[in-house]
Amino acid sequence: MTEAKTLYEKIWDAHVVDQRDDGTALIYIDRHLVHEVTSPQAFEGLRKAGRKVRRPDLTLAVPDHNLPTTARIDADGNKIPIADPQSAAQLEALEANAPAFGIKYIGASDKEQGIVHVIGPEQAFTLPGTTLVCGDSHTAAHGALGALAFGIGTSEVEHVLATQTLQLSRSKSMEIRVEGLLGPGISPKDLILHIIGVIGTAGGTGHVIEYRGEVFEQMSIEGRLTVSNMSIEGGARAGLIAPDEKTFAYLKGRPMAPKGADWDAAVAYWKTLPTDNDARFDKSVTIQAADVAPTVTWGTSPEDVVPVTGHVPAPESFADASKRDAARKSLDYMGLTSGQAMGDVPVENIFIGSCTNSRIEDLRAAAQVLDGRKKADGVKWAIVVPGSGLVKAQAEAEGLDKIFTDSGFEWREPGCSACLGMNPDKVPPGERCASTSNRNFVGRQGPGARTHLMSPAMAAAAAVTGKLTDVRELIG
Amino acid sequence: MKPVRSVEGRAIPFGQKNVDTDVIIAAEWLKTISRDGLGKGAFESIRAQEGNVFDDPEYAGASILIAGDNFGCGSSREHAAWALDDMGIKAIIAPSFSDIFSSNAFKNGLLAIALPQEAIDRLMEVAKTDPVTIDMESMSVTTPFQDRFTFEMDPFRQQCLMDGLDEIDLTMAKSDAIEAHENRVDSAQSWHKPIAA
Repeated sequence: MTEAKTLYEKIWDAHVVDQRDDGTALIYIDRHLVHEVTSPQAFEGLRKAGRKVRRPDLTLAVPDHNLPTTARIDADGNKIPIADPQSAAQLEALEANAPAFGIKYIGASDKEQGIVHVIGPEQAFTLPGTTLVCGDSHTAAHGALGALAFGIGTSEVEHVLATQTLQLSRSKSMEIRVEGLLGPGISPKDLILHIIGVIGTAGGTGHVIEYRGEVFEQMSIEGRLTVSNMSIEGGARAGLIAPDEKTFAYLKGRPMAPKGADWDAAVAYWKTLPTDNDARFDKSVTIQAADVAPTVTWGTSPEDVVPVTGHVPAPESFADASKRDAARKSLDYMGLTSGQAMGDVPVENIFIGSCTNSRIEDLRAAAQVLDGRKKADGVKWAIVVPGSGLVKAQAEAEGLDKIFTDSGFEWREPGCSACLGMNPDKVPPGERCASTSNRNFVGRQGPGARTHLMSPAMAAAAAVTGKLTDVRELIG
Repeated sequence: MKPVRSVEGRAIPFGQKNVDTDVIIAAEWLKTISRDGLGKGAFESIRAQEGNVFDDPEYAGASILIAGDNFGCGSSREHAAWALDDMGIKAIIAPSFSDIFSSNAFKNGLLAIALPQEAIDRLMEVAKTDPVTIDMESMSVTTPFQDRFTFEMDPFRQQCLMDGLDEIDLTMAKSDAIEAHENRVDSAQSWHKPIAA
């Protein structure tokens, strides 16, 4: 009888190139996504050492973080120059490095361009059972397809480019089991925010999470991507969901998916991947789906969550002294007072986008709330940034762009945008943003910006009322 | 990478928990194509505050940073490690680190030393007046007051740091094993084909 294994252990074992006595291993990397921010120094390192990219055919480059989300091509079909010279230089570096090292490059004005974590699954560059890395912590997203995917630093980017491997220690395994199903109007974003609230931002440190339970089996691939994406906010480098028929149906026929007999062989292999019945996890956390409400953040850490029907907590209510101190600082930064009803908090900015929530289903959910409604007068800036050119085209084919613009939103070009404000899309100091992104850190969306994380439907509801709102009141 | 056998010097008693990478170095600073010069942007939002510990003349020239739990959580930006290095920090001592930050620090010869909270509390006290010493051979942190705290690190990392080994060189020496893996996958899983360039 063979030893029972988790999904993570199966993928790990299939990728060990060399095992060291101290428990670390050289792990083969099947897929490498490269963007403009974390790669220039890696390419420079290769150049200095006279090294090549070992497997350019397993590498895909695309710009996303710096790109302005305003028009990229003028009426005459010419590229519109990027105003910020540093952003322009970084984008030019990727545009030059990719062909110089033989790497496939999706350019800023190509229709497939988008956020790395949106286009990976969309192109079926991401496949179940593979190891996938990118110099970006939200690489965890790809775990939704059953790939062992995690973010790496620039030195590791260089290491993967040169050797197609990484020297790694095996992580511990952590099961997050969700019992029951989500209530009406509750989205995968609410679920993952709730989970992070339970485990904390260091809850998954040193672990690879596997999300288990019927709720994930019922969930669309887009929803699963939202959940896995934020694993890093719970401290885990990777967050897996077992591949199933939904995964296969999602991938089949996509540009880089296996075809014909290869497809059948792939599916047969992918079916062997789910965690064995007797496999053990190092840590297990159980969450009741019935406890999950439409969730928003009140502070400056993704673990600072509360149901939108709840109140700003009192710093004194936390058992830990440093958490009390952090909560006081957070409330000061956020301009909130303890006991204030979350539903009374006004917002001036709305951001629908990011690698967490910019896929077609996210846009549909937001559009459903906005259909026939206008943004409130107090909302000064509301933008929708689709995750990729293909998502944008799909949304336009469905008429969603019209719903957004009719309600007072700006309909933008794909990119990371106001999630981290590396491009011109920033939230002004002291102003609030109802944001579908993943981090509410101090200054994340711009210096002094106050971020409230939530789902696309909730962000749309906030746009309509001008304050944080329980979307269930609008969709009834 | 330069070998790191020991670090001795004044330590900044920062102590904050859950210090995220956006606090260490904000996104605006990530537009560089170089590894240098990021020290100016380190802890920008904290340094904007009056009386912050980073600009306290007492700690000018400090080579060690003492922080709270979960240091470096958030993004994978190695700029966080480069910024610390550029501001002259050679080691960070905290109860725990995010996985990616810890790896990024290691790749840059920046020590990320995990010690229990009691040891951190003591070092925060000592740091106000006296230097702290980290020795990689004995894997210990000591003070002029006979405090001695030992830490753990996987032997591979310890050796790489002490000998200043280039990890890419080490891995390239295993190219036969890498090629063998590629051949194994090519024959057993034909679907695993690379993408067309």
